[in-house]
Amino acid sequence: MRLRTPILALLLLPAAHAAAPRGDAVEWTLNDVCPAGFALEDGGCRLRSLYRGLDSLQGAGVGGPQTGLPPLREGFSPQQIDLGRLLFFDPVLSVDGSLACASCHDPERGFADGLALSPGVNGLQTGRSTPSLWNVGFLKRLTCAGRAPTLEQPAQGPLFAANEMGNSPERLAESLNAIPAYRTLFRQVYGGDGTIRAEQVYAALAAFQSTLVSLNSRYDLYAAGFHEALNEREIEGMNVFRSFVARCAECHTPPLFTNQQIAVIGTPEPEGRAFDPGAQKIGGDASQRGGFKVPSLRNIARTAPYMHSGRFKTLREAVAFYNGGRGHAVPPGEKLSLHWHIWEPKLAEREIDRLVDFLQTLTDERYTPQIPARVPSGLAPGGGGLPQETTGGPAQGATAAAAYRTRIEEN
Amino acid sequence: MKAILRGLLPLLLVAVAAPLSAAEIAVKDGESIQAAVKRAKPGDVVLIHPGQYRESVYVDKDDITLRGVVVEGKWPTLDGEGKRNDAILYSGNGIVVEWLKIVRYKGNGIMGQAGNNFAIRYNVIDDAGVYGIFPQFGQNGVIEYNVLSRISDAAIYVGMCDHIDVRNNEVFGSVAGIEIENSRHNLVENNYAHDNTAGILAFITPGLPIKTAYDIVIRNNFIVNNNTPNFGAPGSIVSKLPVGIGVVVMAADDVVIEGNIVSGNNTAGVVVTDLSFITDIASDPESEPNPDRTKVLDNLMFDNGADPVAEVKAAMLSQFSKRGPDILAAPGSAQAPDKCIAGRDRYTTFGVKKWADCGAAGTANVRSHRLAEKVAPRTIANDEGRIEHLYKGICAGCHAYNMRMIGPPTIALQAQYEGNPQGIADYLANPMKKRVDFPPMPPQDHLSPEVRLKVAEYLLNKVKK
Ligand code: HEC
Ligand code: HEC
Ligand code: HEC
Repeated sequence: MRLRTPILALLLLPAAHAAAPRGDAVEWTLNDVCPAGFALEDGGCRLRSLYRGLDSLQGAGVGGPQTGLPPLREGFSPQQIDLGRLLFFDPVLSVDGSLACASCHDPERGFADGLALSPGVNGLQTGRSTPSLWNVGFLKRLTCAGRAPTLEQPAQGPLFAANEMGNSPERLAESLNAIPAYRTLFRQVYGGDGTIRAEQVYAALAAFQSTLVSLNSRYDLYAAGFHEALNEREIEGMNVFRSFVARCAECHTPPLFTNQQIAVIGTPEPEGRAFDPGAQKIGGDASQRGGFKVPSLRNIARTAPYMHSGRFKTLREAVAFYNGGRGHAVPPGEKLSLHWHIWEPKLAEREIDRLVDFLQTLTDERYTPQIPARVPSGLAPGGGGLPQETTGGPAQGATAAAAYRTRIEEN
Repeated sequence: MKAILRGLLPLLLVAVAAPLSAAEIAVKDGESIQAAVKRAKPGDVVLIHPGQYRESVYVDKDDITLRGVVVEGKWPTLDGEGKRNDAILYSGNGIVVEWLKIVRYKGNGIMGQAGNNFAIRYNVIDDAGVYGIFPQFGQNGVIEYNVLSRISDAAIYVGMCDHIDVRNNEVFGSVAGIEIENSRHNLVENNYAHDNTAGILAFITPGLPIKTAYDIVIRNNFIVNNNTPNFGAPGSIVSKLPVGIGVVVMAADDVVIEGNIVSGNNTAGVVVTDLSFITDIASDPESEPNPDRTKVLDNLMFDNGADPVAEVKAAMLSQFSKRGPDILAAPGSAQAPDKCIAGRDRYTTFGVKKWADCGAAGTANVRSHRLAEKVAPRTIANDEGRIEHLYKGICAGCHAYNMRMIGPPTIALQAQYEGNPQGIADYLANPMKKRVDFPPMPPQDHLSPEVRLKVAEYLLNKVKK
């Protein structure tokens, strides 16, 4: 390494905080550097992305390849984000110390868990398939049925749901306050005497989750004008995707591949399971029966099985659903106000294959955060026993990211 | 000025001529338009000579003109043969599509996805699927002098757009002639909408990501004999349109209807309604359902309502008439006094009793709803711009100039790799772990070798404090 000036040498010196070995009970220090893709600006971490500088009609963050993003929850401090990361992987958040957020939202599995329904505490099960958390900081409406308006809220759902983490706000604060390392870390972020309040936990988790950004896929390079990033088949698939025959882009609208609306599309439940009323359960409006939030399709190749029920094991099955005809999977006797874009596109088998090719170009896990080697509670990060069963095969285009993760772990 | 030019095609053509620097790329019968688009650079004109073109064309670049060359009545025709999806898809800014025949597609004739500053004109589009011309998420465009027929939804559909003029088009034999939906600042002028199920629509449709529609002028159109039985696809919104209506204003605000000739529409000339007009659709609490401040100024309306649909017939019976009206305000907010009408006694009406009388003011001052200045170009104009954009969008997310971020500072990388951009390019494809105190760098193997080299050169030569 040739250095020209002593200043350069200084710049290359490791920052002090990084010298402290992770997981050392006495030396817990939070990262003072923003996570990948974020740069410190006005005291907070702000996203750098290929979409910076682009605008969108009415600021809605929907459009075509050259459209700006919807507003991101950003500007959190590096320390708050890092605290959120430790909490996210710490099973101390669940009532019996068995489950972390990462148990269901596993970075190894696209921040989902590869299961149709996820096991919660006490041998219970979640009611819906775990959604990915990639790009969740852009969403203005969270959970499958759009129940929660802010990122702080869905965290409380699983934290306190009996069939998920089974905790209570009081117990949560109590168990965290009993861990001196957490008190130190919360004091670093929030000041005060370090007494931990549940709201601070939600906020730190929100800060961390909003840094899970995936916007550097090969598709994004195409959108930025590097047309060679996609091959002929993938471009053909993209054109089917945005065509008015398949109409995928009408709901899964770029740049996030969701228009953030609720839509009634009539996907089937697995054999023997009761019909899920979705959005109807929230507002009580019968016309929204069976309505679900249009999910983002980013990293979709990594998050089988698909739909709120996890009914479809492969991406191809999920895509082929749309070719089955309007309402073909609606149980007899159910009356649904199906969305007008759900029709009979009569796509050729070849076109379905191309759609699947295209969806695989939306994979980008380069900004996967580091999985902490240890968490302050001393429990196994991620709850140890992450579910083993996966339904999807290894996704194309994810190999580089997988190799990268392997290296993180070795690190 | 514009009013004087209107209809003078030869004069307009002079204005249309390409800038001097632009290259012309000729496409002849038997060749591929798409291949020409691939070669084209911003500013270029693709000249499509008469012939049959059996393809779908997509344009993800800025400032490209697709111009048909019509020779003694022989046109270039894009033919979907009933099996292709869309004829033309574009996402770039400044796209012009003109002088083409488009037939037999399954999806759309011409579809824009967030392209601004567009012009779509002099096209003849028949049986081209769901929509004939459909700009979506676009700003500042004009759709003029097109003839469209036999389209199974709207012949011209302006969806979620701002500042669009739709004028001098003929639309017929379709379910909806012209539909302005969830869009703002639109002028619909001098069109001939006839023999559709309904002529011209100004709609808010619930469940779309952009929620409003307002400031829409529907002026000087011929809206005649729109009595074609509804052949919309089952489940589509337009499939729910009652047959025989000239103009429908559903939930859209500040719509002005002025100077139109509206006749021979068998249910009603003009219908103003809230969202309950369309049933069996999931409700959307974020869509404001009421049509506010509709203005019906001077229009010529006669012979509407000869054979109204059942609901309208029932309503009219309460007024002792079997005919539908020229103007119908549906029960609910459409009948509220924030609307106005000029010369109400000339028309047969239903439900407009509470509407105010409009003052003298018409829309003569509105010449166009396009913007005075074009929407600014996007950040990426050329290859160099693209590389800069790439560096700032990807690399700068981990490398700052002289500060440690996730990755080491650029100033250090510049020293380390001085004169060796290829070294960086190679590293990017397969970065191995180097520094103990940094995490590994994720591979940038989604960048092609050429792009890796260019971005390396950019890092070495261009990145400064
Ligand atoms: C037992 C498995 C499980 C655990 C543990 C879990 N989640 Fe979830 N998460 C889910 C499921 C299932 C849903 C979907 C719920 C629904 O739609 O009704 C979900 C939804 C979410 C969403 C909404 C995502 C979207 O796209 O709308 C967020 C955010 C979220 N979880 C964050 C967290 C956080 C933070 C934690 C830890 C505090 C956590 N989750 C723990 C299963 C889990
Ligand atoms: C009318 C709006 C709409 C259209 C059009 C649409 N989708 Fe969806 N999509 C949804 C909704 C809503 C869901 C969630 C449904 C559920 O969970 O039951 C979904 C789910 C999916 C999923 C599963 C996502 C996950 O994380 O499990 C995939 C894959 C998908 N869509 C692909 C497509 C493709 C490909 C097309 C075009 C052929 C398409 N969609 C067209 C609304 C739409
Ligand atoms: C996700 C964060 C991240 C992104 C994005 C990123 N880098 Fe890096 N980069 C790093 C890290 C971390 C290192 C230090 C790796 C090490 O020393 O093991 C590094 C090291 C480097 C090096 C030094 C290699 C050496 O031989 O020591 C170069 C050159 C470099 N990056 C260039 C780039 C360029 C060009 C881009 C954009 C195409 C880019 N980086 C994008 C994180 C990133």
